[in-house]
Amino acid sequence: MARITLEHIRHAYSPRAKAAGDYALKEVHHEWEDGGAYALLGPSGCGKTTLLNIISGLLQPSDGRILFDGKDVTQLSTEERNIAQVFQFPVVYDTMTVFDNLAFPLRNRKVPEAEVAKRVNEILDMTDLAGMANRRAQRLTADQKQKISLGRGLVRPSVNAILFDEPLTVIDPHMKWVLRSQLKRLHRQSRVTMVYVTHDQTEALTFADKVVVMHDGQIVQIGTPAELFERPSHTFVGYFIGSPGMNIMPATIDGATARVGDQTIALSGAPLLEGQGRIELGIRPEFVRLGREGMPVTINKVEDIGRQKIVRATFCGQPISIVLAEDDDIPADAKVSFDKQAIGIFVDSWRARTVTEGQEG
Amino acid sequence: MDKTWNNKAWFLVLPVLVLVAFSAVIPLMTVVNYSVQDTFGNNEFFWAGTDWFTEILTSPRFWDALWRNLIFSAVILAIEVPLGILIALNMPKHGVGVPVCLVLMALPLLIPWNVVGTIWQVFGRVDIGLLGYILNGLGFAYNYTQNPAHAWATVIVMDVWHWTSLVVLLCYAGLVSIPDAYYQAARIDGASRWSVFRFIQLPKMKRVLLIAVLLRFMDSFMIYTEPFVVTGGGPGNSTTFLSIDLVKMAVGQFDLGPAAAMSIIYFLIILLLSWVFYTVMTQSDAEQG
Repeated sequence: MARITLEHIRHAYSPRAKAAGDYALKEVHHEWEDGGAYALLGPSGCGKTTLLNIISGLLQPSDGRILFDGKDVTQLSTEERNIAQVFQFPVVYDTMTVFDNLAFPLRNRKVPEAEVAKRVNEILDMTDLAGMANRRAQRLTADQKQKISLGRGLVRPSVNAILFDEPLTVIDPHMKWVLRSQLKRLHRQSRVTMVYVTHDQTEALTFADKVVVMHDGQIVQIGTPAELFERPSHTFVGYFIGSPGMNIMPATIDGATARVGDQTIALSGAPLLEGQGRIELGIRPEFVRLGREGMPVTINKVEDIGRQKIVRATFCGQPISIVLAEDDDIPADAKVSFDKQAIGIFVDSWRARTVTEGQEG
Repeated sequence: MDKTWNNKAWFLVLPVLVLVAFSAVIPLMTVVNYSVQDTFGNNEFFWAGTDWFTEILTSPRFWDALWRNLIFSAVILAIEVPLGILIALNMPKHGVGVPVCLVLMALPLLIPWNVVGTIWQVFGRVDIGLLGYILNGLGFAYNYTQNPAHAWATVIVMDVWHWTSLVVLLCYAGLVSIPDAYYQAARIDGASRWSVFRFIQLPKMKRVLLIAVLLRFMDSFMIYTEPFVVTGGGPGNSTTFLSIDLVKMAVGQFDLGPAAAMSIIYFLIILLLSWVFYTVMTQSDAEQG
């Protein structure tokens, strides 16, 4: 178990890319707490697997250092770092039995056979594979194989961290839910630092204490699920988290008011604008009110998704989504208003602080 | 599944049947025909029954050639398969080295058999051959035309040079189909280099290895051109393998009856041994599954 410190990590996959400044992973400088459950969330190609492989030691970062509990491990191999990692697609040793597959990481480390049997049996129970312990791993289904891969990641008792690289992609939805709750429980029991890579926000939000959102090779925000929802620090977090995502529209700022098109919107405070960036106003669909008072809007479509209704509309020439409760009425001549506290102002995609919260950091 | 009976289907397989009949079945039947008859020319044939088979199976000449050939095939397999795996494991998987290695590896396979024989025949000559001249210059009395051991060594080295590439290319194809995640997982699991080979690479190469072993066995058991060109079966009969013996008998002595009988026996031996290899190598799969 370890605290993981990433010091100015950058990575480019070839010297040529590095010279061109084309980094797959732009600078990452963060400290991850011992025993935390982190989810790395982002779309494909955003650098999350690169970051994971750098932590596990499968990749050497082009720049920067990695420390486990303050000890520099940048030059150490994967084995020396004592890390477990589970990959997206199942890796099983075809010629071995399920039991031997799970025992493999332990036997390679010369763990006494009695201890091996005990650990493996625990994992067999946990992954629901006990019935097939002595079968050869070759002819199993994809999700049974992935459970073996997962089991091999969990079988070693004292690892510094367990890394998961989209481990549940090939598992069917019901089993996904079961395994995720078991991982969560295992984390609570063992307090091993876990890092879980996914592009599925539900998976990230349910698994992790802290979600690390990545976009285009950099970390854009680390926060609890609530923080990501209420105060996204980047427009990408705004529309990647939440369904539908945040409404983002170009705006101009005048003191504590914003102008979108020909409408004036009151803000909770004057945003601090540094430099001359592109200014946008963001508001989550959940915080847009639809009623008889407010600004004009044209409703295009209403989607009923059960407990909620999603209204797709046009506001000042911009598409806007509004989430309403199931039994909310939609007035004939509808107007919108924005919840003042929920409005975010973004300069060049990054959230601008307001004057009052300017000291926060 | 419901089967549909339609006699027109026979017309669809007819071309293949005709082709196989002319290329394989009819020649084979001709051989069978020869093997049970005797002739003194003039297209007159006399029934000989199993006489030729008895003659072949009791002749020391046949058994010597058979043993020579079995030992040759065993040595060839014992060298080419491990060597091929070793080379395949060390070939680059990415970058400009890949096409370079592949072309180099494919080169010997592209050379016609009789040319390979000629190359080595000249290469090994004591008077003008690079290899023979240098070996003798170094004080080693190498002469493949006089010393049976030297003749054997030359033929074996030639075959290894010619055919190891086939094993390499097949194994390489098996190796590159292994996803990187397997190697990464093995590193995470703390597997040794040997374990990676034993539990990841070897199982993935198994199918192609089966093909490689079968092809190399059958080819080496039927080897003719290269030793014929290099040694002509000599010195003495020391490199007279079954094919060479067969041609001597059929073409050299024009003993059609015994040669036909020997062909059939030869064919059955290859069929039997190939079946044994195939069964043994696929058996281990089925047992543990």
